[in-house]
Amino acid sequence: MANIVTDETIENVALLAELELSPEEKEQAKKDMANMLDYIDTLNELDTSDVEPMSHVFPVSNVLREDVVTNGDGSEDTLANAPEEKDGAIVVPETFH
Amino acid sequence: MSRYETVIGLEVHVELATKSKIFCGCSTAFGGAPNTHTCPVCTGMPGSLPVLNKQVVEYATAVGLATNCAITQYCKFDRKNYFYPDNPQNYQISQLYLPICRNGYVEIEAGRQTKRVRIHEIHMEEDAGKLVHDPDTGDTLVDFNRSGVPLIEIVSEPDMRSADEVIAYLEKLRMLIQYLGVSDCKLQEGSMRADVNISVREEGAEEFGTRTEMKNLNSFSAISRAIKNETERQIDLIESGEPVIQESRRWDDDREYSYSMRSKEDAKDYRYFPEPDLVPVVISDEMLDRIRAAQPEFREAKIVRYVEEYQIPKYDAEIITSDKKLADFFEECVALGAPAKEVSNLIMGDLMRLLKENGQDASDIAFSPAHVSKMIEMILKGVINRTVAKEVFEEIFRSDVDPEAYVEEHDLKTVNDDGELRRVIAEVIAKNPKSVEDYHAGKKKAMGFLVGQTMRIMKGKADPGTVNRIVVEMLES
Amino acid sequence: MSLMDYTAVELGRKIKAGEVSAVEAAAEALDSMEENDGKYNCYVTMLDRESVLKRAACVQKQIDEGLPTGPLAGVPVAIKDNMCTKGVRTTCSSKILYNFEPTFSSEAVINLEKAGAVILGKTNMDEFAMGSTTETSYFGPTKNPWNTEHVPGGSSGGSAAAVAAKECTYALGSDTGGSIRQPSSYCGVVGMKPTYGTVSRYGLIAYGSSLDQIGPIAKDVTDCATVLETIASYDPKDSTSVRRDDLDFTSALVDDVAGMKIGIPKDYIGEGIDQTVKEAVLAAAKVLEERGAVVEEFDLELVKYAIPAYYVIASAEASSNLARFDGVKYGYRTEQYDGLHNMYKKSRSEGFGPEVKRRIMLGSFVLSSGYYDAYYLKALRTKALIKQAFDRAFKKYDVILGPASPTTAPRLGDSLGDPLKMYLGDIYTISVNLAGLPGICVPCGIDEKNLPIGLQLIGNCFEEKKIIRAAYAYEQSRGGNLK
Repeated sequence: MANIVTDETIENVALLAELELSPEEKEQAKKDMANMLDYIDTLNELDTSDVEPMSHVFPVSNVLREDVVTNGDGSEDTLANAPEEKDGAIVVPETFH
Repeated sequence: MSRYETVIGLEVHVELATKSKIFCGCSTAFGGAPNTHTCPVCTGMPGSLPVLNKQVVEYATAVGLATNCAITQYCKFDRKNYFYPDNPQNYQISQLYLPICRNGYVEIEAGRQTKRVRIHEIHMEEDAGKLVHDPDTGDTLVDFNRSGVPLIEIVSEPDMRSADEVIAYLEKLRMLIQYLGVSDCKLQEGSMRADVNISVREEGAEEFGTRTEMKNLNSFSAISRAIKNETERQIDLIESGEPVIQESRRWDDDREYSYSMRSKEDAKDYRYFPEPDLVPVVISDEMLDRIRAAQPEFREAKIVRYVEEYQIPKYDAEIITSDKKLADFFEECVALGAPAKEVSNLIMGDLMRLLKENGQDASDIAFSPAHVSKMIEMILKGVINRTVAKEVFEEIFRSDVDPEAYVEEHDLKTVNDDGELRRVIAEVIAKNPKSVEDYHAGKKKAMGFLVGQTMRIMKGKADPGTVNRIVVEMLES
Repeated sequence: MSLMDYTAVELGRKIKAGEVSAVEAAAEALDSMEENDGKYNCYVTMLDRESVLKRAACVQKQIDEGLPTGPLAGVPVAIKDNMCTKGVRTTCSSKILYNFEPTFSSEAVINLEKAGAVILGKTNMDEFAMGSTTETSYFGPTKNPWNTEHVPGGSSGGSAAAVAAKECTYALGSDTGGSIRQPSSYCGVVGMKPTYGTVSRYGLIAYGSSLDQIGPIAKDVTDCATVLETIASYDPKDSTSVRRDDLDFTSALVDDVAGMKIGIPKDYIGEGIDQTVKEAVLAAAKVLEERGAVVEEFDLELVKYAIPAYYVIASAEASSNLARFDGVKYGYRTEQYDGLHNMYKKSRSEGFGPEVKRRIMLGSFVLSSGYYDAYYLKALRTKALIKQAFDRAFKKYDVILGPASPTTAPRLGDSLGDPLKMYLGDIYTISVNLAGLPGICVPCGIDEKNLPIGLQLIGNCFEEKKIIRAAYAYEQSRGGNLK
């Protein structure tokens, strides 16, 4: 196994992804990620130095809309699934410190 | 202090004045009850997809051209990933790898010199929603009305060295963008927002110091104070041998200090990658030509032209062009036939006074140039005198009245009937023998009193010159 | 014979002819679902009987009034649970969306409804379409109707199983790396992934946005072509939607492959494939050859690089797409929390299953500072090379033929222990998504365990008609007997 995923790496990734891992999950995640990275490293067998990265398969461009207001009051739909609502707004834990 | 130099770069966010949001058909109108201007797209509902507003591309391109940027004719959007409740998808659609404009500059007046501030890039992105503190519960309330309002972010190079230069740069950007009609650029209302990157270094040093990013700057004066404060803070750190930490800081203008915004979650690894839900934007040569051709006459050109073409003082031209709305107003009045000089005097005098008295600025002008030019015509034709005109203009300013109708209704026309004037003056002379005596005794003040009494009876409608002439004539006869 | 034995087109024809009413068809589907009593766990959410029958009556009324209705009017359908359905719970088989009721329907569903479809319910899937067995569902695994000890494949396992178990007449699935074709193969039904951009993704809850496509899962090729024709449309709400004027897919239902050039990638029938699967697929190729197609083996190149490239790209996109599930706006919010980030972490950690977390973490990692070029851009470059390899292949061949999966359906519980091994099962399907190609899976045999084997036909971009034609001709020659 070439890749070693450290505690620090997993902790950083969990932080970025807003996930909380138990010690067991963390150990498993380190193993799983190392395995995957070893496998992904097979891509290094390919010489891609003069290949442009391809994000879209088709060369479509300029899909644009006109600047027109087409939507009305959407508050009911926006709030329909909110876990907590107050006065038309969605409630979350305090963000002001 | 003199040993150190402050190095400043700016990230300026400007809200674009489109009707609809950048990726959906929701209104960008200010206000409205929470979440009323929202839809699945701007609230990050599962399954929703963005579609780019064409006007945003045009506006961003126009700003790029006005700031001498190279336009990226094949540009793309990227996702900037971070969690925050005002960011409904927990990623912001922005541009990192191929921003729409790059490598521009603007020129500012720095002291007595012209200085070039380089622009690194301008990119298009979406605004976040609004978070409001709920004092009853201590919770935060999320309103997505602003979520998805189009922004451009103008990133300068670290070319500024003082708060004055920063303000000159911001004024310059504001002026250009306002003239383009792309945004009203109000710092207080948040349609223009500046994050200021500050570092200090010893004078003459080649390397930059470690920079901090100052946020929450809502006025030019706050920017000045924050720059001064942060410069001092960094110098103190350096002098005492402590490191300056690269971080974002939030300015508290009431308490005039800043504090670190760092936290564990503020790791700043945004994991940008190309937005798979949007396709690239190709700006054709034709489109570029069209937008270039539509660029307005900017302020500098207007000042030169006003002085040459309208023969008004440079100072007046500078004031009139300091706001696009004011310049437009001026030009419309002139186009309707009012002499430039008259219009410019009116703007410099009564209009400026009234705006100031009412705590307004030029963007609040709500009356028609047609009424003003008609009023000027009435003055010049002697229909009303300048004293009456002051009153008429105040009414136009307040409620955009038609000057003709107003003058008619309030019977304000200048009385040129000699007979009536003579009758009134005779009456005044008869009632004020003391003043007549004083006049003949050489007290010139008495003359002014008699003219004033006449004007009072005439309710200002007489021409003061004529009154003067007749009073003298009758006293001497 | 039950009404559930008919294909969608047959049933639609009977309804139109007045031989059967839409209400009868819906009732029979509901009975069939009830009878099975969750034996296969095809559905996450079944619509209540009353509302289904009401909808069927409404469609019947339209037909009676002679309003224009398509060939699928009145035919009961099941929808994969990652497509939004207005007012009907849509979970992606995840706890994090256990209570989510969309306020709008996905474009594909709207297209179906316009054509008079009667929706029965939302089918089970791997959580957020991440998996190849439908075992990662929060609502328990779906079982293969051919043998309940086995998985139905995934991620559209509920849809494929529902068609196979006659709990619907046809279904919609979605395919990011094989999620329509592989379960169709395991369940002995026909499934098709169209060219990227053919069916609107608006309302499809994204997994890997650059790879996701909605497609039909049905009893035969005719149904597949008919359903695809109904759901395909240019949608201005989806910027990656492609404007096409060749959406008349049923016109390709022609029983003739004479002169058609068919290539079989050597790597698709080489190492790692079950012997029975290989034999069945080659036998199917033989059938087409006998019908006049020119069949040869060739070297597709780069086959083994598709899976690693896919897992980098799909996981990266997923890590971002799934960030919105945070307990703020909809879905699951943890009960107790201390502050904002704790609420995020707990809601997400409790709401997502292990496979989803695994991919979110991998995706976050490959995009993180210092690794983006080495992993993400490398994968996008590999994708470009894979596309080029297919471009070269389609200069020589009309259709590429191979299996949909190296094996038939594995036993329940056998796959999840070793994720990498499970990923390798997608080797024949994944590169199709990377290159945006259309692919169809048609049953071509049964193995010694009495489990179905699927034949995959891959076409060049926008050449669905070629694979429909080949699949149709094969199906006609094969007849009803899979053995």
